[in-house]
Amino acid sequence: MAELTLVETTATQDISALRSSPAAHLAGVFEEACTQGARGVQLREVPFQTMVGLRVAQDSDGAHRLEEALGTLLPDRHGIVTAGSGRSVIWLAPDEFLVISAEESADLTKALQEALYGHPGSVIDLSANRTTFELNGPSSRAVLEKGCPLDLHPRIFKEGTAVNTNIGHVPVVLWKTGAENYRIYPRASFADYLGRWLIDAMAEFKAPETN
Amino acid sequence: MIQIQCPNCGPRDETEFHYGGQAHVAYPENPDALSDEEWARYLFYRENTKGQFAERWSHSGGCRKWFNAIRDTVTYRFSAVYPAGSPRPDNAPAQPDSNDPIVGGTK
Repeated sequence: MAELTLVETTATQDISALRSSPAAHLAGVFEEACTQGARGVQLREVPFQTMVGLRVAQDSDGAHRLEEALGTLLPDRHGIVTAGSGRSVIWLAPDEFLVISAEESADLTKALQEALYGHPGSVIDLSANRTTFELNGPSSRAVLEKGCPLDLHPRIFKEGTAVNTNIGHVPVVLWKTGAENYRIYPRASFADYLGRWLIDAMAEFKAPETN
Repeated sequence: MIQIQCPNCGPRDETEFHYGGQAHVAYPENPDALSDEEWARYLFYRENTKGQFAERWSHSGGCRKWFNAIRDTVTYRFSAVYPAGSPRPDNAPAQPDSNDPIVGGTK
């Protein structure tokens, strides 16, 4: 019987320069679409963020082990983002969470998989699943309100909240990181459409306000 | 726009939800024993209630979880939302007098 041999498949050379992000071709268009001032709004893509999807029942042994490995608690209800050790955890569903971090994705995924090992649940590297758009500026809420069914008024949608919703019919995770700052996480294949939709929604703020 | 109370995410617009048809349609205990007609009745025949109707909904644009709801098919008003798999609540709360949907944000 032939003996099985494990082949080392890990790439040894750095191939990061060969990667291109889902909205890389729009970088110049985004820059042109940005406006400054009192009605300003700016859009850019933040490529290659590490994202790890967790599926685990809340308050289970597996969840506690993941929390220990993450260095932060898992959020316990919708809208909540927990953060610690350079990682943010977004609530997606009662048993589904998204970890966002700047670490090397393979290392983080492996560490979390080892923590969950033997317990029901899953840890999957989803870094290529979504890309990140950053929408900043005084008019950012007005831009989003053109295509988001949520009430984005600050009395309802507070800073630090992240939810699953739609923008321009595209399913996204929307995270309000500051008073006028939003992070939008569309799936990679929707990045082109959503990027162009946002540019279109931003266009009116280039012109001076008319009464 | 109707707002639906997702048990996990709170009130959200109707467009974020997916309709799943009549709730409490039990899978036959022994499907092999059914005649074609009985099988077809299980698959395709549903109530066409005028008034309070128990139905399944999925929050496909949010937490992607299924739940059951009781909706008035005339007024579209939701009177109860309860977990999938639990029995239909006996006395769903009476409908409010106003025309506002029973759940809602402030938009």
